[in-house]
Amino acid sequence: MATMLEQPEVLSAGLVPDPMLPMSYRIQRVRQETDDTFTLELLPEDSGERFSFAPGQFNMLYVFGVGEVPISISSDPDDAPMLKHTTRVVGTVTKAMRKLKHGETIGIRGPFGTHWPVEEAAGRDVVIVAGGIGLAPLRPALYRLMAEREKYRKIVLLYGTRTPEDMLYRHELEQWRGKFDLQIEVTVDRAASSWRGNVGVVTTMIPRAPFDPSNTFAMVCGPEVMMRFTVMELLKRGVVPERTYLSAERNMKCGIGFCGHCQYGPTFVCKDGPVFAFPRIASIIGKSEI
Amino acid sequence: MIHTLEPILREHPFFQGMPDTYIQLIAGCSMNVRFEAGHVIFREGDPADQFYLIREGLVSLQLVVPHDGLTTVMTVGNGEVLGWSWLFPPYRWHFDARAQQPTHALAFDGKCLRAKCDEDHSLGYEIYKRFMQIVTERLESTRLQLLDMYGNHA
Repeated sequence: MATMLEQPEVLSAGLVPDPMLPMSYRIQRVRQETDDTFTLELLPEDSGERFSFAPGQFNMLYVFGVGEVPISISSDPDDAPMLKHTTRVVGTVTKAMRKLKHGETIGIRGPFGTHWPVEEAAGRDVVIVAGGIGLAPLRPALYRLMAEREKYRKIVLLYGTRTPEDMLYRHELEQWRGKFDLQIEVTVDRAASSWRGNVGVVTTMIPRAPFDPSNTFAMVCGPEVMMRFTVMELLKRGVVPERTYLSAERNMKCGIGFCGHCQYGPTFVCKDGPVFAFPRIASIIGKSEI
Repeated sequence: MIHTLEPILREHPFFQGMPDTYIQLIAGCSMNVRFEAGHVIFREGDPADQFYLIREGLVSLQLVVPHDGLTTVMTVGNGEVLGWSWLFPPYRWHFDARAQQPTHALAFDGKCLRAKCDEDHSLGYEIYKRFMQIVTERLESTRLQLLDMYGNHA
């Protein structure tokens, strides 16, 4: 089961880091990924020595004077202190974030939450199912899997997007496909006839994807409806529920389970999640009142 | 030496559990086919007298949408079934099917199988329940596509 990573306990001079206090990061680059998504590339204003994260964790990003939003980390965990966050322009804060320029500063609190079971999956097949911007929180897991490719058996990425133009990290996926023993299948919901790939929802690729269900760890991230149907297909194929993980999304505020904004049934997504083993949330996922 | 298609059918998930006598009968209505990329396998409105099991490749189901032109509504790939219009009146294709890649498939004579299903309702039941499973799965996928799950709804 995913666990919360231990936070560094003590800074120099015996100071305990305050999880509510943002660290200052400077914007190195704002990369437009698609029409409505972009990636911030950030470096800390200090050395950044104390910051490390595990794939699947998130940070709270603070646009000074505007507000704070939770965004999963999408960079390589071994590429610290560089941090990358991919997000979609959906509200006031992300709109302001999109307008930030090279050299401007932003506040970061984190990392928070649980992580993908990358270490636990060693020796087994790994199937990653991503929908839309759900690929962003899975990218650090892919970096880690690729860095230690020999530890794993088959690695399969099934990625569904709205249209071919909405594909994230296209260049990187092409590179990975060529460089590593990694099966990548992309499908889109709609496409012009010039698109030569798959058309259909991502769940349709699960029955024929090349992995051994009895010996597989599954990691799923995307819209909640997509995740529910994906998990159904994975279980139908024979993947063990305890080895099926998904990343939930709620309105995280404090990041440490105090404020209660992200309560999800008996859990808080910010500290018990966002990455959950399926059995932990099986009874509440899809319930409209939760 | 003549190789029949029976072993391939027996191993295919679509025919799993099908009695052997029916496998022999269906194999008699089937043949190996190959389509080059870009080949139109069938066209909207044409008589639907066949169906296909894709062994390797990718086929797009397409139709012309005003202002958008030729649009792909779904693709059918390795191990999947292409075509069910041969089972239901008026036995006409509702979409174009175009090979996106070089595609190997088994083609089945639907007209012949339809007649055999009329004669032997147990065979008909075996065929129809397999196709109903596919129809159900594709209906579910289509509903998810209609939800536009990845859209920006905020």
